[in-house]
Amino acid sequence: MPDSKTPFSDPADPGLYDYWPWEGRPKLTWPNGARVAFWVAPNIEFYELQSQPNPIRDAWNRPEPDVLNYSIRDYGNRVGMMRMMEVMDRYGVRGSVSLNVAVCEHHPELIEACVSRDWEIFSHGIYNTRYSYGMDEAQERAILEDSLETIERHTGQRLAGYLAPALTHTERTMDLLAEYGILYTCDLFCDDQPQPVNVRDKRLISIPYSLEMNDIIVYNSHQEPPRRYAEMLKTNFDQLYEDGAENGTVMCIPLHPYAVGRPHRISAFEEALEYITGHDEVWVTTGREIAEYFYDQHYDKAVISIAEANGRQGRDSA
Amino acid sequence: MTLPNSYMEYPNRRYGMDHQWYEWSMLKDRPEVSWPNNARVAIWVNVALEFFPLNQSPEPFKAPGGMVTAYPDLRHYTLRDYGNRVGVFRVFRLLDELGITPTVSFNSKVAERYPRLVAEVVQRDWEVIANGIDMGTIHHSGLAKDAETALIDESLTKLRDLSGQPVTGWLSPARSESMNTLDLLAARGVEYVGDWQNDDMPYAISTNTGQLYSMPMSHELDDQTIQLQYQQSETSFAEQIEDAMTVVYDESSACNGRIVSLVIHPWVSGQPHRIRALRRALTNVMRYDSVWSAPGSQILKAFQAG
Repeated sequence: MPDSKTPFSDPADPGLYDYWPWEGRPKLTWPNGARVAFWVAPNIEFYELQSQPNPIRDAWNRPEPDVLNYSIRDYGNRVGMMRMMEVMDRYGVRGSVSLNVAVCEHHPELIEACVSRDWEIFSHGIYNTRYSYGMDEAQERAILEDSLETIERHTGQRLAGYLAPALTHTERTMDLLAEYGILYTCDLFCDDQPQPVNVRDKRLISIPYSLEMNDIIVYNSHQEPPRRYAEMLKTNFDQLYEDGAENGTVMCIPLHPYAVGRPHRISAFEEALEYITGHDEVWVTTGREIAEYFYDQHYDKAVISIAEANGRQGRDSA
Repeated sequence: MTLPNSYMEYPNRRYGMDHQWYEWSMLKDRPEVSWPNNARVAIWVNVALEFFPLNQSPEPFKAPGGMVTAYPDLRHYTLRDYGNRVGVFRVFRLLDELGITPTVSFNSKVAERYPRLVAEVVQRDWEVIANGIDMGTIHHSGLAKDAETALIDESLTKLRDLSGQPVTGWLSPARSESMNTLDLLAARGVEYVGDWQNDDMPYAISTNTGQLYSMPMSHELDDQTIQLQYQQSETSFAEQIEDAMTVVYDESSACNGRIVSLVIHPWVSGQPHRIRALRRALTNVMRYDSVWSAPGSQILKAFQAG
């Protein structure tokens, strides 16, 4: 029997989206005939030196204070952020910031730097050391309400996107995002195009973020050297650009200023950015703009196509 | 399972850091710093001389590079000791040739066991910094304060006695500290620590017993991290050093100096198949106009002078 508190009727399959094979989809187009919607998502994070215990996951690998790992992360805010930002400025790329919302209070200078560049700010929870695991509904609502309120107060922006803090979710996360009017989630990695997410009420889409192109995954999990990261980014782009001629794609580079912003790594990112933005049929954009365009132009067609692919009438279709 | 309400409270959510040790500050907002002779980049090389005990404790964790197999792990014990017998001489000779003045961090056990290495460093007039007792003795919050006091006293006293130097620099084994470590170090005449990885430049740390400085002794650009932990090639290691130098040099100027730091473990870089890549990288780094090779305490002094 499923837990009555949870919306997943089948714990083996969250049912967050329906199977929708790549081949046979209606053509997804982007503004000005672009093949690829390209966005860069820097994670601006704050990790607490002394964490609140969570029964599912420890905040630090070492006993607290984990000076080494705390200070590695703090580097992003003190140094790496501006180094990364200057590279993005040079190629006219606005960031879509995945923000630990408490950074608004701790480091408002970083927020001002983003807002003055017309970057988008979306929520990545309150701290990267506070996980959603074990939260009840009221607690998870409090995170979203805090995010909406704090981001609006510090940036004037209405929150449009969400990446769960440290990628920790509950079974109700997607339903709550839709309920609060958040446009898109970055937490689903199953596609190269935006996808409608099945939620209890209202609408939600997932936008391709990327684990594979994420600097932390490449540098810390796969432990690749910087010049190899540049190669991977360029190859990833080449394929999405080629495929995008047939059916539009999304490429995201998720970043962490504490990783990409180190002196021995920044030029690899710059090389990739120069390469990607040097192509004509690329829409250099933000998460919010991709979401708004998709809702406006493609959402209804996608819902119908998905329904047909699953042998039923289009859900919510116009 | 539901989380307690305390999980939703944020007592340290305020401007600045969530502790009292240092001020929040972005590098771009700092006053300019000039180095001697208007050098643009200070090159700080630290050679880490380490002793890994064969019976290394797994508590609270094993320092990277520690014993791996069941006891007795002669394989890793001897591979680490290679650095102190052979690799170190290869590395010192390279630094001599390139005119690089490093600091040398000693586990105090290395100095006690191998006085020849202390003599090699002292006769070159290189700076000794303390690296605790050995790589099996980790500073962490599970240690009682008086137990940690004894560790720090032993390390500093032995190294000061054996080197005849004031020994004002400190690197914690595995860069691990307790909540008390900085207080204990500041009270014992330590002026800078290399554990913290959050800056390219020195910054002041306030403790309950006085001020000291964090110095940017790189962990991410480190032969062990890159070649052993990440298993990247010696060629890639050399490229990463050169790439870092290019970037930092471009960001520096004659009136605003920067630092490139590099930690070398002779048990890693002193291996015959790795020393040549290190030679290539350091040769290229030293070829830049206006670089200044200096040990930590001299860089700190110049930094404090502004």
